[in-house]
Amino acid sequence: MTKTTIPVHLDINGHHHALEIEPRVTLLDALRDRLGLTGTKKGCDHGQCGACTVHVDGERVLACLTLAAQAQGRAITTIEGLAREGELHPVQAAFLEQDAFQCGYCTSGQIMSAVACIREGHAGSDDEIREYMAGNLCRCGAYPHIVAAVRQAALEVAS
Amino acid sequence: MRDFSYLRAGSVDAAREAAALPGAMLLAGGTTLIDLAKCGVAEPDTLVDITHLKGLDRITVDERGATIGALARMGHVADHADIKSRFPAISEALWQAASAQIRNMATMGGNLMQRTRCPYFRDPSNFPACNKRQPGSGCSAIGGVTRGHAVLGASDACIAMYPGDLAVALAAFDAVVHLGERRVSVDDFFLLPGTTPDREHAIEPGEMITAIEIPGSAAARRSTYLKIRDRQSYEFAAASAAVGIEFEADGRTIRDLRVALGGVATKPWRARAVEAALNGKVLEPDAVRAASLLAVEGAVDHGANHYKIALAPRVVARAILKLGETA
Repeated sequence: MTKTTIPVHLDINGHHHALEIEPRVTLLDALRDRLGLTGTKKGCDHGQCGACTVHVDGERVLACLTLAAQAQGRAITTIEGLAREGELHPVQAAFLEQDAFQCGYCTSGQIMSAVACIREGHAGSDDEIREYMAGNLCRCGAYPHIVAAVRQAALEVAS
Repeated sequence: MRDFSYLRAGSVDAAREAAALPGAMLLAGGTTLIDLAKCGVAEPDTLVDITHLKGLDRITVDERGATIGALARMGHVADHADIKSRFPAISEALWQAASAQIRNMATMGGNLMQRTRCPYFRDPSNFPACNKRQPGSGCSAIGGVTRGHAVLGASDACIAMYPGDLAVALAAFDAVVHLGERRVSVDDFFLLPGTTPDREHAIEPGEMITAIEIPGSAAARRSTYLKIRDRQSYEFAAASAAVGIEFEADGRTIRDLRVALGGVATKPWRARAVEAALNGKVLEPDAVRAASLLAVEGAVDHGANHYKIALAPRVVARAILKLGETA
């Protein structure tokens, strides 16, 4: 077993980052603790809550169960990379408009998940939104407003 | 999580060689392995990352069946048009498993290597006794909280439930696991706990799952996966059934029935007694309900999991009758 660090190069929100980290460092810890990108939240740290959802090569994944080293060579998008030139992403705007959060801790994960859910074509009905957003827990119970926000954003993206 | 060294395999052969060394493990989607490393259950010295290997994620479907590369991800297979049309139970088992995020990460080969969710297995600091983790140390689940434990296929050494969905559907349709050149049926790939619950799969050091092959059949084409759980989504099965039916030309007489159970056994559980009782019979609700009771022949409960013995046959019967309605 080795205690040494390894070089890991990450492409995050279009920016290149060079890190020297232990192989066990997850993408979540690399984002938050090494790069100061604290918009991605640590909830359960075991893949059960969805708070750490980010996009890797355009697909939603859990940063807590991804090693940073595994993400080298992939394009990573976090909540900080969604807005374009100061303008909120339609899903971010819909979450504000529909009041789709209370404490806000799960929100960045919800939004990253929702962006992908719509892109996958799994936001066709409220039932489908509930099923395909099931990996994002909200302990405040803001689910009805979250579903409304995803429905609104899906319509906007389609139009 | 203990530290380990990390290497990216350049080829299947290099991966097999590196992972055969003591303390080394293959890393694919990581949804089980990284989780268990955090729990202190998996303590690898080296992780051999295979997710960047080319050509192992292909999905090919034709008249003879489907061949799915080991690195194809669960979400992609679930949404594949030909899998949905020719193997609906496979697609349904996949999309009802885990969450969209996990299905984007988890691979088909890695899914077969998924470990049990037994809470005693997952918690070494509070429960040192676990024959699966530490052979001969005992079983903390027996006499403990057993609501999620197996009623079929258990032994005195281990009652941990097999938690997956995909392999249940694979078992129903006689799928075959490719370990490079070697082929093992899904039924033989998963081992009963017996006296060696630490050994869960018929895979040897130096071997790696390369593909899963599912023979095409009329029963697979008319199939479904019914999963009953404590909450509607993102939960393991309380009981589930993968069912497929081929009817005779009259559209009522069962020619080829396939039934496998999830959420109740120590491995994906093919219910051949139910199949034998109904093959050649006209599909009729009372006969289906009576035959479905054979699904739990020999079941033994450990207290709180008793409900599974009542639930599983009802899940089987409902799945068969649902398929019959579409005849």
